Amino acid sequence: MNWALVFQWGFLVALLTAGIRLAVPVILATLGEIITEQAGVLNLGLEGIMAVGGLAGFSAAYLLENGLLTGTNSELPAWLGLIAGMLAGALMGALMAFLSVTLRAEQVISGITLVLLGVGLSDYLYGKGLSSMTIRVTGMQVHPIPILSRIPLIGDILFNHTPPVYLTFFLVAFVWWLLFKTTWGLKFRSVGENPSAADTSGISVEATRYAAVILGAALVGLGGAVLTVVQLKLYREGIMAGRGWIAVALVIFARWKPNRALIGALLFGVAYSLQYRIQALDQVNRGVETIPYEFLLMLPYILTIVALLRRVSRSDKPAELGLPYIKGSR
Amino acid sequence: MTVREQKPRIIPLKLISAGAPVLGGLLGLLIGAFLIWVSGANPFEAYLVMFKGAFGGQRQITETLLKTCPILLIGLGMTVAFRARVWNIGGEGQYFMGALMGGLVALYLSGLPQPILWICLLLGGVLGGMLWALIPAFFKIRFGMSEIISTLMLNYIATLFVIYLTRGPLQEPGGVLPTSAQFNPVTQLPTLFGTRVHLGVLLAFVLVPLVYVLLWKTPLGFRLRAVGSRASVAQYAGINVNRAILTAMVISGGLAGMAGIIEVLMTHTRLKGSISGGYGFSAILVALLGRMNPIGVAIASVFFAALIIGAETMHVLYGLPPQLADAIQAVIILSVLAVDAWSRMRSEK
Repeated sequence: MNWALVFQWGFLVALLTAGIRLAVPVILATLGEIITEQAGVLNLGLEGIMAVGGLAGFSAAYLLENGLLTGTNSELPAWLGLIAGMLAGALMGALMAFLSVTLRAEQVISGITLVLLGVGLSDYLYGKGLSSMTIRVTGMQVHPIPILSRIPLIGDILFNHTPPVYLTFFLVAFVWWLLFKTTWGLKFRSVGENPSAADTSGISVEATRYAAVILGAALVGLGGAVLTVVQLKLYREGIMAGRGWIAVALVIFARWKPNRALIGALLFGVAYSLQYRIQALDQVNRGVETIPYEFLLMLPYILTIVALLRRVSRSDKPAELGLPYIKGSR
Repeated sequence: MTVREQKPRIIPLKLISAGAPVLGGLLGLLIGAFLIWVSGANPFEAYLVMFKGAFGGQRQITETLLKTCPILLIGLGMTVAFRARVWNIGGEGQYFMGALMGGLVALYLSGLPQPILWICLLLGGVLGGMLWALIPAFFKIRFGMSEIISTLMLNYIATLFVIYLTRGPLQEPGGVLPTSAQFNPVTQLPTLFGTRVHLGVLLAFVLVPLVYVLLWKTPLGFRLRAVGSRASVAQYAGINVNRAILTAMVISGGLAGMAGIIEVLMTHTRLKGSISGGYGFSAILVALLGRMNPIGVAIASVFFAALIIGAETMHVLYGLPPQLADAIQAVIILSVLAVDAWSRMRSEK
């Protein structure tokens, strides 16, 4: 392979553009988990919630496209699919909240169970309902942002995307603002940091944690739906391929801050897009494999481990993360 | 804090604690029945077919026992790890690496005389799983890295690595499929009583009391459980927490690796990418359902193996997706978890 090709502008722009696009599901899931963990609940079920959100979003979009909304030729089915993904995610979040907040079940076990439940249930329902043929949805068009998208290089990389990408940029800022600049955020963080003090000052620890877990899981579900409805335009068994777990790792890497999560997730996006880019280059070179594709596929997983090669300082982590709150216990 | 009044308990605590998995299991089967009904089959008929498929005769029981073997072996390892609160969910990857190391022995050392060959095969499997489990143990001890995430990432890496090898360096010479050459028949473990039940199945069940003894009758087991119940207290008591984490990880990895080589030898007779039916994940559920107690884990393993075999029967006869077993397993665990937490909450009040 001609390595000079790799360092051409065209390759780099394509790599970064796809990198941002592919980072979106992971960013959304990471944002959701940041909200959840800031309120003191460790929800390890992301992989399962993403799968459920992904299947709900995909089937809603598919059924609407080929039913009620046939021939409207708009992006409406895709948008409604994303909303369905969010709602399905929220439902899974409610289940997690019930287990961890109301029943005070061990959160690590609840989370792992939620993964196996979400993945198992989605794959089963997909196998039952839709898989008889490879079906696809239309997805969404790329909407270049006027003027900005014409800036050389940067325009293509940042402002030439489908709507969920822009929505995600906005959500990163919004979640940061919500958590660190509003009373709501203060409530969320106080039940994660010192629930008994929050309780004394009249905040309902249970209700606040419920809100955080459900809101967070809705974002996670949205992330799954963006992957199936907008990016891959299909569902298949094991489609999330560890993205939920990568998001869990990114929360630690990001030290529970949305802005740092953005940077971490972009790194993963580039790792994903590198797979496609190098394979595309190999095809140009008449199928001569530069790097075995399995090693390219390993990249995000190796990167996850590398990202965590640093001790977490105690001040970054919500103090009561993973611990149930029992009224009057301390 | 005021002294809480003890409410008289009508049902003894011991019974509740054994009852939760049973009650949860029943609840799970009920929700499973709903899933089957959604698919358009009659749940009662389906469960009957599943039961017959798993226990209906000698052949069916043999199949169920063969399926139990990998789940039970990995599940016992998970029991040891979870008891020390080491959340090794990398059973799947350790299974693959065990299959790989043992598989290399099968491919290149099959000239050894049989009893020695068998020992080398099993040791190869155990070693493969152990080495793979060392990685997350090291990262946890050195960097405080969550073993949940690292073991999970290593699952993907191990699977992809084996897929690469069976398509590349280890591919059968002249073959077209991504598999290694078939193992020499001398690598087959001995079978018992003229059935297909093999030494590996026996080994898995023999390990049940051994793991029990290890956890409750040895100093090592005491240390592991002490670290699991309160690491900080164990530290004050002079227990080396890091060493306990390492030991728990290595034991669970070794057992998963053993499951890998046994399954590859007896079921697939060659290395390939599709050597696990998600056993590593079923094993986690089995360890939880069996309440991290080896005897409970053995019962749960047979139960889950029967579910898998039963779901396969349902797939053949009624065309239900084979993922039915996974879905029902997860629903059962969820129910058990909920019933369990609920009963604990009630007894705390």
